[in-house]
Amino acid sequence: MINRIVVGAHYGLRDWLVQRATAVIMAVYSVLIVAVLCAVRPSTFEAWQGVFANGVIKFMTFLFCVSLFYHTWIGVRDIWMDYAKPISVRLVLHVLTITVLVGYTGWAAAILWRL
Amino acid sequence: MAGITIKKRPKYLNFTTLVSNRLPVMGRVSFLHRISGAALFFCLPILLWLFGASLTSPESFATFKSVAALWPVKVILAGLIWAYAHHFCAGIRFLLLDLHIGVEKEAAAKSAIAVLVVSILLTLILWGILL
Repeated sequence: MINRIVVGAHYGLRDWLVQRATAVIMAVYSVLIVAVLCAVRPSTFEAWQGVFANGVIKFMTFLFCVSLFYHTWIGVRDIWMDYAKPISVRLVLHVLTITVLVGYTGWAAAILWRL
Repeated sequence: MAGITIKKRPKYLNFTTLVSNRLPVMGRVSFLHRISGAALFFCLPILLWLFGASLTSPESFATFKSVAALWPVKVILAGLIWAYAHHFCAGIRFLLLDLHIGVEKEAAAKSAIAVLVVSILLTLILWGILL
């Protein structure tokens, strides 16, 4: 019988699989964006902004950000689970982590859709 | 053979074990994967701010350039480039291990050394292009 606690791991395949799926999405994006930047070689503000104003790149960049923040949540939660032993401290850290990551998602969307 | 020993998992290592010389290279890569991930997490606001500044207006782009040219910022960015490169390479190694590729002790040690070398090379290349 597994002792399930509210600030413990999310049991089952889901988190394990999400961590790997988001990793693959980010790895593919990283290679693609480096290739795009090497091809375009933006040296001025207009050229740099032009890269991310492109609809496809904008959408892919946002997907990257969402993958990054979901991936970060699982990784950082694992760190808190290893080193933050009192449950009250761990709960506060979990809530703070989720809060900043949701905030970062909004921040990233605001940056990209201002373009 | 006598009874089967059941190992307690996950294995918990304290900090002194992690920084001591007793840790094999695979363990070092695993530990650095965590360190680099944590560093990237704590620096996310800096990166988002820089990304936003670089894209908002010609004036904020100029601010971004002058901030990124400051040497303490350059040092932090170089560290973050290494963290990303290491996390990327070590992550691909872990994905391959998940697919049961290179799980033998010798192969795993070799790929761990490769991760350390390639991530430093990638950092130098990206540093040369970006900073």
